[in-house]
Amino acid sequence: MAAFEKILLKNMDMPDYSGSLKDYERAGGYRAIQNALGKTKPGDLIDIVKRSGLRGRGGAGFPTGVKWGFIPQDHPGPKYLCCNADESEPGTFKDRQLIERDPHQILEGIILACYAIGARTSYIYIRGEFALGAEILEKALDEAYKVGYLGTNILGAGFDLDVYVHRGAGAYICGEETALLESLEGKRGKPRTKPPFPAIAGLYGKPTVINNVETLANIPHIVNRGPEWFMSIGSPPKSPGTRVFSLSGHIARPGNYEVPMGITIREMLEDFGGGMSDGKQLKAIIPGGASASFLTSEHLDVKLDFEGIASAGSMLGSGAITFMNEGTCMVWAAERLLEFFHHESCGKCTPCREGSMWLLQILHRMEAGHGKHEDLDLLLKLCGNIAGQTVCAFGDAEIAPIVSTLQHFRHEYEAHIRDGCCPYRTEQAELVSTGSSQRH
Amino acid sequence: MFSSEAKKRISLVLKRYPIKSSALLPLLNLAQEEEGFVSEDSMREIAKLLDLTPPKVYEVATFYTMLNLKPIGRFHLQVCKSLMCALVGSETLLKWIDQELGIKPGETTQDNMFTLNTVECLASCGTAPMMKVNNDYFEHLTHEKVCQLFEDLRTTGKCSLATGPFRWPDPGMLR
Ligand SMILES: Cc1cc2nc3c(=O)[nH]c(=O)nc-3n(C[C@H](O)[C@H](O)[C@H](O)COP(=O)(O)O)c2cc1C
Repeated sequence: MAAFEKILLKNMDMPDYSGSLKDYERAGGYRAIQNALGKTKPGDLIDIVKRSGLRGRGGAGFPTGVKWGFIPQDHPGPKYLCCNADESEPGTFKDRQLIERDPHQILEGIILACYAIGARTSYIYIRGEFALGAEILEKALDEAYKVGYLGTNILGAGFDLDVYVHRGAGAYICGEETALLESLEGKRGKPRTKPPFPAIAGLYGKPTVINNVETLANIPHIVNRGPEWFMSIGSPPKSPGTRVFSLSGHIARPGNYEVPMGITIREMLEDFGGGMSDGKQLKAIIPGGASASFLTSEHLDVKLDFEGIASAGSMLGSGAITFMNEGTCMVWAAERLLEFFHHESCGKCTPCREGSMWLLQILHRMEAGHGKHEDLDLLLKLCGNIAGQTVCAFGDAEIAPIVSTLQHFRHEYEAHIRDGCCPYRTEQAELVSTGSSQRH
Repeated sequence: MFSSEAKKRISLVLKRYPIKSSALLPLLNLAQEEEGFVSEDSMREIAKLLDLTPPKVYEVATFYTMLNLKPIGRFHLQVCKSLMCALVGSETLLKWIDQELGIKPGETTQDNMFTLNTVECLASCGTAPMMKVNNDYFEHLTHEKVCQLFEDLRTTGKCSLATGPFRWPDPGMLR
């Protein structure tokens, strides 16, 4: 494919780049805050981000500038920015790299975002498992405070900002923005009903923006190079910019690859992922993390942008693409994902809490060869009773693997029922989730 | 319960938030760091520090997978079993562990050195199979690496195979 410039992973491609403040500055870092703070009006900064067309990289793809614009400018009390570093969508490991290899890029994005929305305090909510990431961020914060990029009267622009790292303790749901806020307030991470939206009543009931790590990492570049530049990259007008895609599964070269949005899944797989491993054929693709519907080898020419993946019946989600080969059992794959969703359901909404258990039990039964034909309709009926019936998008996410594998691979379910065993997995692995007691 | 060092950290942590209860997760994490698990005594102490009731602290502590409410072995082996890792060998990894240590998920070795649990996605899908041991990630695991890991942990308490700062692929590996 045609040559392109990396934006977010560019610094760390330089030999010996350590991610220190010195290295980041040498690579042109912190120029955006020098140019913007006190010189560009906060409202104009929001406008720049709006015009860039940047959409959130956390999963939902909401336009970032528009989100910032929802914050009441004249609000008298505190406002907050939360950087969502919870990265727990199975398949996704891009934020981990951005955090551990170039933390200042994220901090500069946070400073600009806080300046734009008028926040004086920001929390980076990082999943508890990222102990190293938290340590690296703390160190980067220390460096930034020392040179006056954080603290009081930053760069003499009369702008004060404190940023803190807040570690989670293991709960996927805390990546959902309102569960994140609950968790940050010291509660169980259970999503809130909306409205009110966080922009009006978020953290501690105050106006709050929640943005993903990768979203924020884009901001300094947009400020430096202008919204038109950003809008010219990738797949404008709806999907401008690059994405850091996390590739996993049965491929030759898994890993993080930053590419302009709009390349096809085939290009992603062949030019970056190195093709399927062990000479096997591709069977299924999950294009946006565990919450995204399965696609098949027939979808290889679908474009990797928000609209392309949506029109193929799935979602770009967190930018995690998992490839599965011909030897993978689709019932087993769905079962594995349901184990995840059942374990992680926060228990607030009955359809999700109870439904995930019923779905998992049926899949267990099916995979063990004890499925019945009626089970297929029962699965779909249960999924129908969960869709749209929950406070957050988790409910819709947990049914995606089942609905989509039933759509594309119904014959595999039927084979399990007919043969009374899994045609793919000869040896049944006894894997029971013993990570902890259920949450609910 | 909390050491004097920890108490210093607690007073700094409390300054970060406008309400005390926000310090609950940081304090639970700290308690676990100090004792290896979160004891009932430390939950009571945290409740006092944050003006919460002990049941409130317990309610929150039981929600988060990383918090161990009972003592565990010195090294906590956490093997990711989510789909992406399962595609490329997490089940085999569990077999290796069983072979070397004789434990299955949920079990602890008799000498109390190792506790094994399976966990959900740890954001290491491109470098699987993997496991986390206490705070460290170990990725691209092979049978040999697993053996070395256990040997090192037994003899020195650490292992140089720990990965990170994370970056994959490493361009050195590509062409
Ligand atoms: C169940 C669930 C889990 C989520 N997990 C994450 C996550 O780990 N990281 C993240 O950035 N966004 C996650 N999100 C999306 C957030 O709710 C939110 O949309 C996002 O952080 C907003 O940031 P953005 O606009 O920059 O994308 C999750 C959403 C749901 C419903």
